[in-house]
Amino acid sequence: MKRIVYREWHIPPARYWGILGILVSVMALGGLAALYLEHEGHWVTGMNNFVVWGVPHVFAVFLIVAASGAINVASIATVFGKGAYLPLGRLSGLLAVTLLIGGLLILVLDLGRPDRLLVALTHYNLRSIFAWNIYFYTGFVALVIAYLWSMADRMGARFKHTLGVLAFGWRLALTTATGSIFGFLVARQAFDTAFLAPMFVIMSLAYGLAIFILVLMFTFHQEERVLGDQLLRRLKNLLGVFVAAVLYFTLVYYLTKAYGAKNYDLVGWLLFGGGGYSILLWIGWILIGTLVPLAMFWHPRTRRDRRFIAVACALVILGGLAALYVILIGSQVYPLQIFPGQTILDSGFADGIKVADSTYHPSLPELLLGLGGVAVALFLTAVGVRVLQFLPDSLADAELPADTEEPSAGKVSYVDDLATG
Amino acid sequence: MARALMSNPGRWAGVGLILLGLCWTLAAQVAWAGDAQHFVRPGSKAATLGGCVEATPFMRRNHMELIKHQRDITVHQGIRGARYSLAGCIDCHVSHTADGQAVAINSKQQFCYACHAFAAVKVDCFDCHAAVPRGGPLSAAASGQGATSERDPRGE
Amino acid sequence: MMKHPDETIDQGRRDWFGLAAAATAAVAAPGVILHLASANTAPEAQPASSAVRWGLLIDTNKCTSGCRDCVDACDRENGLDLQTKPPTEAPTAWADQKAVWVRKVKLADGLTGRVTNLPLMCQHCEHPPCVDVCPTGASFKRADGIVMVDRHICIGCRYCMMACPYQARSFIHQPMHDQLTRVPRGKGCVESCNLCVSRRDHGLPSTACADACTAAGKGAIVFGDLKDPASPISLALKAMPSRQLREDLALNTGVRYKGV
Repeated sequence: MKRIVYREWHIPPARYWGILGILVSVMALGGLAALYLEHEGHWVTGMNNFVVWGVPHVFAVFLIVAASGAINVASIATVFGKGAYLPLGRLSGLLAVTLLIGGLLILVLDLGRPDRLLVALTHYNLRSIFAWNIYFYTGFVALVIAYLWSMADRMGARFKHTLGVLAFGWRLALTTATGSIFGFLVARQAFDTAFLAPMFVIMSLAYGLAIFILVLMFTFHQEERVLGDQLLRRLKNLLGVFVAAVLYFTLVYYLTKAYGAKNYDLVGWLLFGGGGYSILLWIGWILIGTLVPLAMFWHPRTRRDRRFIAVACALVILGGLAALYVILIGSQVYPLQIFPGQTILDSGFADGIKVADSTYHPSLPELLLGLGGVAVALFLTAVGVRVLQFLPDSLADAELPADTEEPSAGKVSYVDDLATG
Repeated sequence: MARALMSNPGRWAGVGLILLGLCWTLAAQVAWAGDAQHFVRPGSKAATLGGCVEATPFMRRNHMELIKHQRDITVHQGIRGARYSLAGCIDCHVSHTADGQAVAINSKQQFCYACHAFAAVKVDCFDCHAAVPRGGPLSAAASGQGATSERDPRGE
Repeated sequence: MMKHPDETIDQGRRDWFGLAAAATAAVAAPGVILHLASANTAPEAQPASSAVRWGLLIDTNKCTSGCRDCVDACDRENGLDLQTKPPTEAPTAWADQKAVWVRKVKLADGLTGRVTNLPLMCQHCEHPPCVDVCPTGASFKRADGIVMVDRHICIGCRYCMMACPYQARSFIHQPMHDQLTRVPRGKGCVESCNLCVSRRDHGLPSTACADACTAAGKGAIVFGDLKDPASPISLALKAMPSRQLREDLALNTGVRYKGV
């Protein structure tokens, strides 16, 4: 067993600056969209008084959820003692921080008064899960940075296990709280269930790992570092399990909703009558985002092919965006049931309008803002791996540390760059 | 250090220059502060009165604290028309054109803008608050007047 | 128009002119002469009290199709008629984005086909979901039961709009210019019916919508104090059955409906 060596990401400068250039361009477009929104007001978006959260929130929630999933790779090594994941811990922590920053940036820039961010940091209503989340997000960033330090610095090594367990618990709380933002909304039928909290946790595991695998494959491929087949197979199989678990949770979510007579109409609308939303649910979320990648992960003819694995990861990500689009926006488009048993003939405020796609049309600035957040996350990651030693020199199967006999609780934690067999 | 300073006429000149600068700044402050009347616009109610709701130097430095404190009392407790109400500030300090139209108090050369431009402090009030008296504390309907008259004295 | 009876100007403070540079002395002195006239018993000088709870009773039997006098009165009272569509925006998009504090809804019973008309606005819950979810505490309930937004600390996140079971809140999507003095409102904040809060603070008896409904000869909207057993609204609520919208949520709304 060799020691794990980490090295900066040294791809040819032209290619590196090209990547940065593309990311900076997307960031600039997102920034311009944010300025445009702040200057003109939200009338330039498709959001309105009925669909108050739109495409920016789909991207923001996706990134935040994925961030808490990305740290999972480090947890598997630190908390659950899987040695093969040990060299992946640093990249896992980096992605967790950058994805979260990208997501938060979108949320903040979409506020009606982004200039009042200071107010959000100084006035707290502790009954609000949203206010709790401000603590969860900032605390997560701080905790993961400390965790990264404990992974990289010999001084910090003895805190690594504690910090790893803490980060694992914190990320569970964070994703639970993010799901609860929607789960606590008693007013809207499609939300209003505590089930959304664990469902978001499962989604985070899938989306975070999909992004992690893609970033790992891309960075290693660009620099021709060795990424062992066995390790990739383990990661891929794990992602398959997570994606299947999301499918299970999706199924149970709609089944529990369909159980009450008051929700027959809602579930019928979402699954079949919702026009674009139903199509997105079946084609985007279930088919492209779940069944196709699962087939690619396990079909004998594709499961060893790295191209298929990469494509499957990308599909999981697209499926995740589709899922969140349906969960966030579809649930708002479905009208509030203020008058059960009554048909709304006429209203001065679009009550009861249920024609699919009638109340929300995403606009270009919203999309650019969302993509800008993604670009920020990737930009920070690209800079991080270039200037600091986040990526292991080699992930050849023979060089991976063995699993520890038991989770390393109670023992003095090993320093991972000096790991011995 | 002190000896080096004393022995070096260049340093003396430097110190002198700094002192001169400080004196000039102080003098400018005094002159500017003494210039209060320039910011109270002719044609406003304030121009006809002897003083503000508090002493002018105090108002100049602390008006935002008074307004901020008052805003919380007004919004949360519903106390209106109080001594430090923003509506009162605007009512008194807004100036008028020759034909009697009120001029937005945050527009160029007007009461709020003039000082705030000098101090380089952004005024946030008028994103939401009317910059001219418009409509009064009660609607025409509530105070039993004609239905539309309240909208007419619209400035800009 | 704006009379502030307690703001008599102290002529003696003319002395301060010319002493402007003496800033330190000036900071201490005003404290002494602060609050000269504090014994003001005018209603607008009294804080909102929890001894009252404002509410509305809406008799849908008296509300008619096509009449929108309450909506128009609300728009005039609160300056909502002064909001203008951004020139390049489509009218259909604007209809979903402009602020609406009270709206008319026409319903047909799914079984019997019986048609009901009613105005719908903020229901001024005793336990408002919008207040629970607001991260900064901008969405709040006054002592007298009015649920409203403190726009000074509203960051425009719209979570309250997600949480409101009545879709009673509006977000200001465009820059504002022609606000009324008594109803400050601006881009990027959320707002909703506040039961004509400036009328409440000045001790007036009714709301713009209730007045307009009475003036139209309908009398479908009664405003009053739910805690005063002798108020017309309490007497009417005692005499006839009424209900809350979404009573399953147990929010104890301040707005009640007859005949829904």
